[in-house]
Amino acid sequence: MDCRKIMLPSIIIYGLINSVILALIAMGFSLTFGISGVANFAYGGFYLFSGFLVWMLLNYLKFPLILAIMVTIGVTGLLGFVTYWVILLRVRGIALSEVIATFALGVGILELFRWMGFVTYEFTLPYLKKGMILIAGVPVDYQRLFIIGIGLGLVLFLYFFTHYTRIGLSFRGIAQNERTAISLGIKSDRTAALSLAFGSAMAAVAAIVILPLGIISINTGYEVLLIAVAVGIVGGLESVPGILVASLILGYAQVITGTYFKPEWMMVVYLAAIVLVLGIRPSGLFGKFKELEERV
Amino acid sequence: MDKTILAAENLCKNFGGVTAIVEVSFELKEGELLGVIGPNGSGKTTLVNLLTGFVKPDLGRVIYRGSEITGKAPYRIAELGIVRTFQMVKPFYQLPAFKNLVIPLYSPRVKKLRGGGYGDRDDVAIDLLEDVGFERDSFVPYKIASSLPHGYLKRLELARCLALRPDLLILDELFSGMSMSEVASTLPIIERLNSEGLSIIMVEHRLKELFRIANRVMVLNFGAKIADGSPRDVMENDAVKAAYLGSEEEEDA
Amino acid sequence: MKYRKERLDRGIKARCEDIFALSSYREILYLAFPRVLPVAVLLILPLLKDVVGLYWEKVLMISCIIALLALSWDLMASVGLISLGQALFFGAGAYITGFLNHAFKLPPILTIPLGTLAGALFCTLLLSPVLRLRGVYFAIVTLTLPLLLARFIETTKILGGTEGMSGLSPLPDIWIEMYVPVLALLLCLFGFRRLINEDYGLVLQGIRDNDRAVMSGAINIYWFKAQAVFLAGLAGSFAGAFMTHYNQVVGMAAFAMDYSILPLTAAVLGGVGSFAGPTIGAFILVPLSEMLRAVGTLRVVFYSAILIICVVGLPEGVFHYIRRKYHQFERMVEVG
Repeated sequence: MDCRKIMLPSIIIYGLINSVILALIAMGFSLTFGISGVANFAYGGFYLFSGFLVWMLLNYLKFPLILAIMVTIGVTGLLGFVTYWVILLRVRGIALSEVIATFALGVGILELFRWMGFVTYEFTLPYLKKGMILIAGVPVDYQRLFIIGIGLGLVLFLYFFTHYTRIGLSFRGIAQNERTAISLGIKSDRTAALSLAFGSAMAAVAAIVILPLGIISINTGYEVLLIAVAVGIVGGLESVPGILVASLILGYAQVITGTYFKPEWMMVVYLAAIVLVLGIRPSGLFGKFKELEERV
Repeated sequence: MDKTILAAENLCKNFGGVTAIVEVSFELKEGELLGVIGPNGSGKTTLVNLLTGFVKPDLGRVIYRGSEITGKAPYRIAELGIVRTFQMVKPFYQLPAFKNLVIPLYSPRVKKLRGGGYGDRDDVAIDLLEDVGFERDSFVPYKIASSLPHGYLKRLELARCLALRPDLLILDELFSGMSMSEVASTLPIIERLNSEGLSIIMVEHRLKELFRIANRVMVLNFGAKIADGSPRDVMENDAVKAAYLGSEEEEDA
Repeated sequence: MKYRKERLDRGIKARCEDIFALSSYREILYLAFPRVLPVAVLLILPLLKDVVGLYWEKVLMISCIIALLALSWDLMASVGLISLGQALFFGAGAYITGFLNHAFKLPPILTIPLGTLAGALFCTLLLSPVLRLRGVYFAIVTLTLPLLLARFIETTKILGGTEGMSGLSPLPDIWIEMYVPVLALLLCLFGFRRLINEDYGLVLQGIRDNDRAVMSGAINIYWFKAQAVFLAGLAGSFAGAFMTHYNQVVGMAAFAMDYSILPLTAAVLGGVGSFAGPTIGAFILVPLSEMLRAVGTLRVVFYSAILIICVVGLPEGVFHYIRRKYHQFERMVEVG
């Protein structure tokens, strides 16, 4: 951030961008968890997988960008779907096994890429559109504007999807009461698999718009999982408003620490926020259903 | 006999817009057996949860022996001597029946009541099981809980409460899922406990049995108290009749 | 003609379930053999260091360390706390030990016990708010904490920052190096097994199976969970504390993912909930991964594959399988 002269507008704009990035990352994880109760620890793996997939499609197969993006979103969604049918279906309901299986899958994917040599600086994704504009005297490039647009679009899409479409309504049904939903003819397993597919596809969307800002590195995968989880812990894992509010809080807190202290301190914000929230309200700002008393 | 052991004042609880309990107040005298009845979904179990700290009330207070216990953690309330059964029994399935009782016997309350030196918990557990009708010299107390029939599990649940030597026992539909003969053999146990001076609140669907042993009956409907009095008065009450009218078949289920 | 498999307890097992077992040497041997053999092997192996070679002695030691972490994982799992971050314990123990030695020049004989205690205490305090939450939530928090602590150290540059603290005192001699982990492992293994079979352990397992019933039994489940985390923390922090002095350096690697995923894999591979299982798992996994050193980071992929296969396909684990084979025989019987 080299624009200290115009500090305030810069903080407002970049804080918003940062918040949207966090929300984009956390949304897919939270969506899957909220619907099927599966904490998809392979999330970071899926995120990076889609990043590298786009890169491979562009560089090896010379796909046009738009096609590569479409294919990647589809393939990652399918990966989530298959993960459910092949692995999670067999261990459904055993929290221990679900967690271990997805965690292992995520680590497996990430480390496989590391082994395959995806560790150098050549791996970057192209901007959707190059160039920048000045907003209130702050230069903002188009990619970051895209991020805001897509983030807002995704939230609106999710809202309409879950309130007005058949699959979306069955998502909410399963989320609220799985047994009742089953008795109403909603296929629990199919819905859960779809929720995983959606969550994964959202990881892909997030990866495609966010990764161009930097290079793709393996550690990004772990970081993304960390961010998704941190935002979830602060906001309340399955609550969409919680995720949005937590993203805003963390996003601005990071940018402010980044501006006034040093950029490295941005990561510390997560730790501080997590410790603080855990101490005061362990189920997150908007979370529910996780404390023992509520489950009776 | 007329000292108040438990008093609820103006209890209210909403679950996300659905009212479960509205302004319920009542008093329980020492040694009394209070029956709580009501149609399905009238808030009986919620009331039990409110009294035992598993759910925190939105409004109102619970007073136990002169001190307020509203919102205390469930284990603290149990430590004070208010012990409940659960409607859905969930014993520790992999453990033998008597080992199920070792867990409450491990609690600080039992330690305090029995004094410092502690004998073998297993022996105490077997005695307790005998009290609730497990045949002492059979294999039943040693069987794995998951292999016991439902009636035994319900009585195991009762024994789990008795292990804490409660001052106030709250039974949440103890008889549901029991056969006629199991009910017939459990009823005297409750009568005996009550005659020994234990205060009991009994939430029940089996009205006939309840009316036989209760000193007083309270009726809930849609979360509100609609009647409170002796079993005979309650049976004659018009509001109660209206609440139950047409639900006769349901309650036999 | 249809057949089905039938499993029967061996006669000797049925007899050994009673105290009468102690009437013949054969039966005593039957009971004692599976316990004594591994202990004897663990105690004798370090003596054969000239035969086995120092390299494999080191592998043995690392196996013990990972086994300790796996045991601590298993103890937490028996209270229903699924941890994805044993590295938290390891790192806490390692850093506190390193700091004590680096800043106050305390000898290892003081720093290791102090680091173990303080590490366990630190982790228990850090995790205590989360003990109220169940299931996946706890796992999520444990996953993040070690990673974030590492980042915290990196950015604040405390405790040596990225470089860590080096030049720490070495362990006094090679026998201590080899025997301390073995003895600590045996102590934890048999200690934890004893503990879980006591009434105290029943309470812990009760919390896992039905926390509400335990709570309505006038037992403060959070206090018991905290105790379990502390005990597990002792085992984990000791592993970290010991390795600090063994390597004579402590750095951010102490919070690395390896120390979370290796014990987890060991526990799942060996069989959750038995303590012997995770130990066996560690002693399979660590030597195996030494042999796979050549393939580099593919090792981690390999652990992940083992984890997924075990969780989905062999949920009982190696230990339970071996035990079943030892106690039972199988035969085919005709049906219909």
